[in-house]
Amino acid sequence: MTTTNPEIDRQLTTRLRKRVVAWLPPDKLLPDTQPNYVSSWIYVFGVTTLVAMVIVIATGCVLAINGPQWWHLSSLGHFVNSMHLWSVEVFFFAMIVHLWGKFFMAAWRGNRALTWITGGVTFLASILTGFTGYVSQTNFDSQWIATQAKDGINSTGGGAYFNPLNTGQMLMWHIVLMPLALCVIVGFHVLLVRHRGVVPPFADSSQPTEVNA
Amino acid sequence: MAVIYGLLGALFNLSHPGHFISWGWIQISLANLIVIIVMVVVFLLAMVIPLPGKRRRRGGSQ
Repeated sequence: MTTTNPEIDRQLTTRLRKRVVAWLPPDKLLPDTQPNYVSSWIYVFGVTTLVAMVIVIATGCVLAINGPQWWHLSSLGHFVNSMHLWSVEVFFFAMIVHLWGKFFMAAWRGNRALTWITGGVTFLASILTGFTGYVSQTNFDSQWIATQAKDGINSTGGGAYFNPLNTGQMLMWHIVLMPLALCVIVGFHVLLVRHRGVVPPFADSSQPTEVNA
Repeated sequence: MAVIYGLLGALFNLSHPGHFISWGWIQISLANLIVIIVMVVVFLLAMVIPLPGKRRRRGGSQ
């Protein structure tokens, strides 16, 4: 909205709002309808990945509140711990099927290269998040993984900065840095999908893609 | 609860070392191989099975 007051039009908040709304209008951010081609199972796996990620974070928060004694020794702790693990399994499963679908659809078409790249970065960041999670289980499995991984990481010279034997460092990466990074990258990825619209299949590539807001 | 554990234990006996498949320099656990095969199957099915309610859906912008 343009005002008649040039002083207000120069404000940082005013200019920022105009740029944000121009880049992603509300009806594109939260559309009423989707293109017909989205009515396919192959388009379901992106949102499945998102839902699984929400469950991963929610169960992770419960585990963080109660701590390792609780998730190792109580029935409810076992249950929430298992929910955390299996939602991660669903997350990776759905993300990889989503990745295959988008790869064979050449989803970088129509100026969607950044969407594709942020998806790829999400995949790599998720692997690092999963790894730091496996070494934070506080059981024999995590000890085995950490002692095996440290040799691999030391061979790259990165062990001075990222040490799998440092339980505290791995836990902080797992519950602070990586979730924060993933939320930012995935959030940007979703906004890019809304900005450019869902990529059409090849058969519909002659159709305009910007009407699918 | 003990009944559930008993039933699951009968289906999946996990009290043994994992099974691994080796092919040259490739080595993969049977569990991981099964998950990858299931992913491929789900991917193929997702492309051929129609989404329920597709014909009833209205208001598509294309």
